[in-house]
Amino acid sequence: MSTEFEFTIDGETVVAKPGQTLMDACDDAGVYIPRLCDVEGLVPQGSCRVCTVKVNGRTVAACTQPAEPGVVVENDTPQVQGYRRDLVRMLFHEGNHLCPICEASGRCELQAMAYRLGISQDSLYPYLQPVRPVDASHPDIALDTNRCILCGRCIRASRDVDGKNIFEYVGRGIHKRIGVNAENLAATDASIDDYAMSLEVCPVGCIIRKREGFFAPIGQRQFDNKPIGWEIEARHKNRIAVHQIDPSEEQS
Amino acid sequence: MDNDNATLIKQACADYGNDPRRMMDILWQVQDRLRCIDGEAMSLIASLTGTYRVEVEGVVSFYAFFSDKRKGDITIRLCDDIVDRHAGAQAVAEAFSDALGIQPGETSADGGFSLEFTPCIGMCDQAPAALINDVVVTRLTPAKVKSILRTLRKTKDPQALIGQTGDGANSHPLVKAMVRNNIRQPGPVLLTDANPEQGLQAALQLSPQEVITQIEESLLRGRGGAGFPTGRKWRLAANTPAEERYVICNADEGEPGTFKDRVLLTEKPDMLFAGMTIAAYAVGARHGILYLRGEYRYLRAYLEAKLQQRREQNLLGAGILGRDDFTFDIRIQMGAGAYICGEESSLISSCEGKRGEPKNRPPFPVQSGYLGYPTVVNNVETLSCVSRIMEQSAHWFRAMGTTGSSGTKLLSISGDCARPGIYEVVFGVTLAEILQQAGAQDAAAIVVGGASGQIVGRTEFHRRLCFEDLASAGAIVCFNSSRNILEAAAYYMDFFIEESCGYCTPCRVGNVFLKKGLEKIMLGEGEPEDLDYLRNLSDTIIATSRCGLGHTSPNPILSTMKYFPLVYSAMVKERPGGMQAGFNIQKALDEARIIAKRRSLIYDPAYGDKE
Repeated sequence: MSTEFEFTIDGETVVAKPGQTLMDACDDAGVYIPRLCDVEGLVPQGSCRVCTVKVNGRTVAACTQPAEPGVVVENDTPQVQGYRRDLVRMLFHEGNHLCPICEASGRCELQAMAYRLGISQDSLYPYLQPVRPVDASHPDIALDTNRCILCGRCIRASRDVDGKNIFEYVGRGIHKRIGVNAENLAATDASIDDYAMSLEVCPVGCIIRKREGFFAPIGQRQFDNKPIGWEIEARHKNRIAVHQIDPSEEQS
Repeated sequence: MDNDNATLIKQACADYGNDPRRMMDILWQVQDRLRCIDGEAMSLIASLTGTYRVEVEGVVSFYAFFSDKRKGDITIRLCDDIVDRHAGAQAVAEAFSDALGIQPGETSADGGFSLEFTPCIGMCDQAPAALINDVVVTRLTPAKVKSILRTLRKTKDPQALIGQTGDGANSHPLVKAMVRNNIRQPGPVLLTDANPEQGLQAALQLSPQEVITQIEESLLRGRGGAGFPTGRKWRLAANTPAEERYVICNADEGEPGTFKDRVLLTEKPDMLFAGMTIAAYAVGARHGILYLRGEYRYLRAYLEAKLQQRREQNLLGAGILGRDDFTFDIRIQMGAGAYICGEESSLISSCEGKRGEPKNRPPFPVQSGYLGYPTVVNNVETLSCVSRIMEQSAHWFRAMGTTGSSGTKLLSISGDCARPGIYEVVFGVTLAEILQQAGAQDAAAIVVGGASGQIVGRTEFHRRLCFEDLASAGAIVCFNSSRNILEAAAYYMDFFIEESCGYCTPCRVGNVFLKKGLEKIMLGEGEPEDLDYLRNLSDTIIATSRCGLGHTSPNPILSTMKYFPLVYSAMVKERPGGMQAGFNIQKALDEARIIAKRRSLIYDPAYGDKE
């Protein structure tokens, strides 16, 4: 086994092990890089691009980029955060994200990411307002793909953890969506006990567990008191305070 | 599903060893026979190949030439490139629509015909053109539509449409296409009468390392657009320890306005195959794949025959040219209508029977490519140059062109010019010289490098075509002063929206927003801030996209904003009184009017007049 090495992120030195991605190494060091499609335990795929960082001046996705000795990474800079805001906004405007009526509100990673990045209002982007049918065929699970951000976490969870391949991407471009391995979800062997259907997997309110909606009252929801990424930042040796962007500082 | 169809599907899967990696071939066979790959077919294919139905659906729905709904026995795909539009494609489409009684995108009730639009099919020099099943029909006019349909109804055979065949190998019995080569200017490297086998023979006299050194010294750079040094690519692949290595030829030219590879594949296939063989020898590959775009399926039988001939001549197969230690063969992999598959890692995904999505890099294909083995992907023109470099010498090649761009470049020139076709030019030639040769005196704007390239105006015609100045994969499209440059930019954005694989957020969504921003300006509703919006959004798309498509998709807008600022400034206006130009009160009220079934007394000043 070769030895550990160092690189810097926003001027801070991080120690990495061979084979780690930038994201892995930063997570271990308590430096949070925002992400939506990546989640611990699943193979990273680098599709949402929210974890974009600059490495020696070049933009890359931190979740798939191998850490290398001596590289200089920019993470929490106005430019990189600006890119992330644009990407998160794109996802908001691509689907139908009606936070006030969504049962995932308060535990939705997209919503939490918007707050963390200081997005509090409309942008100039147009709303695409898709009208995609809701698949409520399964007795315990419903799919509202109007809220899907195509992170593919359900695909990887079902394939790699459950060994089932309930989900896969179908279509391409702006018509790309999540398909299920049959005419509808009820015709698959999906079960409410699958890891893919657990609360950790779908970051938004697309995979809906029936009869469980709005289970946590306002104030006790996952992101009501702590911002997304806090548990990673809590690992930091110096416990630096979470840096939230003030909406008034937000660049248009 | 009836038994006949099930038998047919089983046969298709069996023909490819029930191997999910040959999914593209299986799907082509099923689509050809059943005219669709429906849910039941997907389930059967999945069970036979040991995959999942949704995975098969993922592949079917990715490629434009596959369909889960039944297509007509004869599918007419009209090329919708902007050059075709300027040449009258719309009138042709209307004529087909009227005669068939269906709109583009529909299939006739009797299942006889489907009518569709498709992006550039590589025939811009003989536009408007169409693919009728696999048969290419060129120089269409509304008047020809009736006789085409009469022939098709009578014979049910699109091949019957071909009267006179085109020049050169287009008249070969295995091609028999009405396509013309339109070679306007031969050159010293590619469009010559050189014997392609001399390069291969010369290469086999050297060690693989020496061949790579030769290619490095020639300073050959990839002709696909990115311009990566070919020798370095080969060295990386050769130095990666592995049991197998692969050489893939990228014959998926899909850049709107390019058709040079079509001519090389038709006229110089042996030069290409010799180049692939040299590459295989250099890097230590035993297997090669020619990834042929679905639009060029009319060339497949001919290319297969050429490969067979080479096997018989001991130029492919075991112990090539008596070298017992060198075995190499090539198979053809058909694409199925997806521009993104021209991107090397997407092309590899497609060869593996998957959705044509780009892969994460690193690892790069030279380290871990096709099936995880080190893979060299070079395009048709690059590999053809290789044969000639080995024949003539690195020095000979490097003596042509500029310091950073050695050799010659094939250009596909089309649009508003007197002599559309293929030109072999030496790197460093100016745009003005090219336009002069092509007879485009009235050119007001030219697209250099297709949709992903630059749209430049007259003030830039002194610029040189080379990697140091204006790089181009070879598509040059001329627009005269009567054309609307914003319409061209909008067309290319539509192309990218259609062809984005959708894997990453910025490319999937951002391009749609860019197009909508441009539309606002074209409608005269734009404000100066909208130009900043386009710039900022473009910046994000370029910086955060995962592959080359998103890295270049904003180019039509960015380059027109740069080179035609007056066109934009004429279209955007500052509005007095704080009113937003993009806000049209009448339009905003429309929905409410419909719901209320009455008009607004306040905001509809002509209320009384219209009642």
